[in-house]
Amino acid sequence: MTTATDATKGQDTRSAREVYRDTIARLLPGDDRFVVLDSDTGLFNGVDFAAGEERYLNLGIAEHTLMGAAAGLAREGRVPVVTTMAAFASSRALEAVKLDIALGNLPVVIAATHAGVSAGHLGPTHHALEDLATLRVLPHMTVVVPGDPGQTEELLRQALALGGPVYLRLGRGPTPALPATSAPRIGKAQVLRRGTDVTVAACGPYPALAALEAAELLDHDGISATVLHVHTVKPLDTPALLDALDGQRSVITVEEHWGAGGFGSAVAEELSALRPVQVHRIAMPDAFVPVAGSQQQLLERGGVSARAIADRARRTLTDPQGGTS
Amino acid sequence: MSSPPLLDTPPLAGAGAERSVLAAPQAHDDLREVATRIREHIVRMCASPEGGHIGGSMSLVEILTVLYFRVLRHDPGFPGLPERDVLLLSKGHGGIGLFAALCEAGYFPPGDLADYSRPGSHFTAHPHPGIPGVEMPSGSLGHGLAVGVGHALAHRLEGSGRRCYVVMGDGELQEGSVWEAASVAAARKLGRLTAIVDRNGLQISGSTESVGALEPLADRWRAFGWRVLEADGHSLGMLERALTAPPLPDRPTVLIAHTVKGKGVAPIEGQARSHYARLGRRQEAQLLKALRAEAGARR
Repeated sequence: MTTATDATKGQDTRSAREVYRDTIARLLPGDDRFVVLDSDTGLFNGVDFAAGEERYLNLGIAEHTLMGAAAGLAREGRVPVVTTMAAFASSRALEAVKLDIALGNLPVVIAATHAGVSAGHLGPTHHALEDLATLRVLPHMTVVVPGDPGQTEELLRQALALGGPVYLRLGRGPTPALPATSAPRIGKAQVLRRGTDVTVAACGPYPALAALEAAELLDHDGISATVLHVHTVKPLDTPALLDALDGQRSVITVEEHWGAGGFGSAVAEELSALRPVQVHRIAMPDAFVPVAGSQQQLLERGGVSARAIADRARRTLTDPQGGTS
Repeated sequence: MSSPPLLDTPPLAGAGAERSVLAAPQAHDDLREVATRIREHIVRMCASPEGGHIGGSMSLVEILTVLYFRVLRHDPGFPGLPERDVLLLSKGHGGIGLFAALCEAGYFPPGDLADYSRPGSHFTAHPHPGIPGVEMPSGSLGHGLAVGVGHALAHRLEGSGRRCYVVMGDGELQEGSVWEAASVAAARKLGRLTAIVDRNGLQISGSTESVGALEPLADRWRAFGWRVLEADGHSLGMLERALTAPPLPDRPTVLIAHTVKGKGVAPIEGQARSHYARLGRRQEAQLLKALRAEAGARR
């Protein structure tokens, strides 16, 4: 049996933010609606925008102004793409995102890098474990978490064409490609693997990889798991979740986010009105992450791991209370 | 449209063209009458059951009058006119002043103002773009200048001679985001961006200097790389001269307009308690009578 990591050998191992950088650098010269606003992230240092050079603007370390200026440009018919870290986009600049961008339903793509714990050793100031919660509650906002480098390019292209605000959650470091599946479309979940006994719905690169690895662990126990990758947290693809559940009484969600308010919460909000199912959330605990470590190490430390997913799946199947004890 | 547009729509200015003000050729006496009518609208809105931000709206009246009737290129019949100049009211608590000015400029009929603050009405105390002529939502302070930076960047990219004006309160300058945007505007050399500070000297709790010192305000703006103009914010002539001054190519401009909070409401003029008022019918009638009498005395 091959692991998810084995299956990706020889594939694109750029980080999501590098894919974003390279894609936007290619697209910028050809469409004068696009304007890239940077907050001195350094991501674009040395990038040749050719004919699009005047539409790359580094506004400096000024995240509120970054969002406000994006709103002004969008009101003038441009499609701004703003670049900052997820930690700053989702909290420091949140009021400008809410009032200047979301209230007007303006076509601004917020490319938020270093999401989750992908900033690793940079510490809790640079982790973003609240961003799905703070962004998905905003009216008009679309929230997208690409699962791998290939998805990043495709979903960015779709975000630019969407006509409304999009929060694009990007990691700092390279992550492996997910197994080939249907082409990503904003708002549509992807079925990475079909099973019959339990459903695991994952959001983001490492959660999806962990879910796939958990499915393999469960195979050894004769448990067959469906694994969904739900890259669009808002709007949530509820029909795909219901289809995957197919009568099962519980779903396990996996995310690189605090447990409150994120992807698992969104799933619970939707399903609780529709089916008598239990939603078991595998997420980061209610605590800051005050230690150094790689993205994967910090996730493991927080209990977002294949083993934790598999354990929870087994309990949901064996415990009449649904594994909540 | 209840009244005809008071401004002609000018031809699209080409790149680098000096802007032209194509306001209707009215004497200042006529503009003064417009300002009186704006004040009357404000008084009526403050006599609604919810009341309104009377002080900071009254201090804005001449600024808005000069902008809409002498400075801005705009078309009340086509608020989204691509060639328009952009006015952002960043001090959203001046909303009823803005509504009154937009009404007088012809964006909607006076009867619409009677809806102010009524259940279901789009005329909320703080403006939002559901109202013709309102460019951006405001009310949380410190947002307008950054959005103005975006408009000015867009105007530069399109190579037009359009200008963007951002009207802020002086208390608003206590928000750090104002100075963040001021730095960016100067660094980007946004010469066609103009900030206007309604310097009435007061905020809810008292003088701006006692709550969060702003002085030396002109020096602060200069230190941030802006050209500073100052004017009596109730002098139509001084405001017009300042706001029609040619822009500098490489520096944004701020006009510090020295005003009186609650101007025209004698009992509370120049007092912090003018910030918000719910006027009774008798007060409303007295104030309207006083405004009309003052207008009559000028003739």
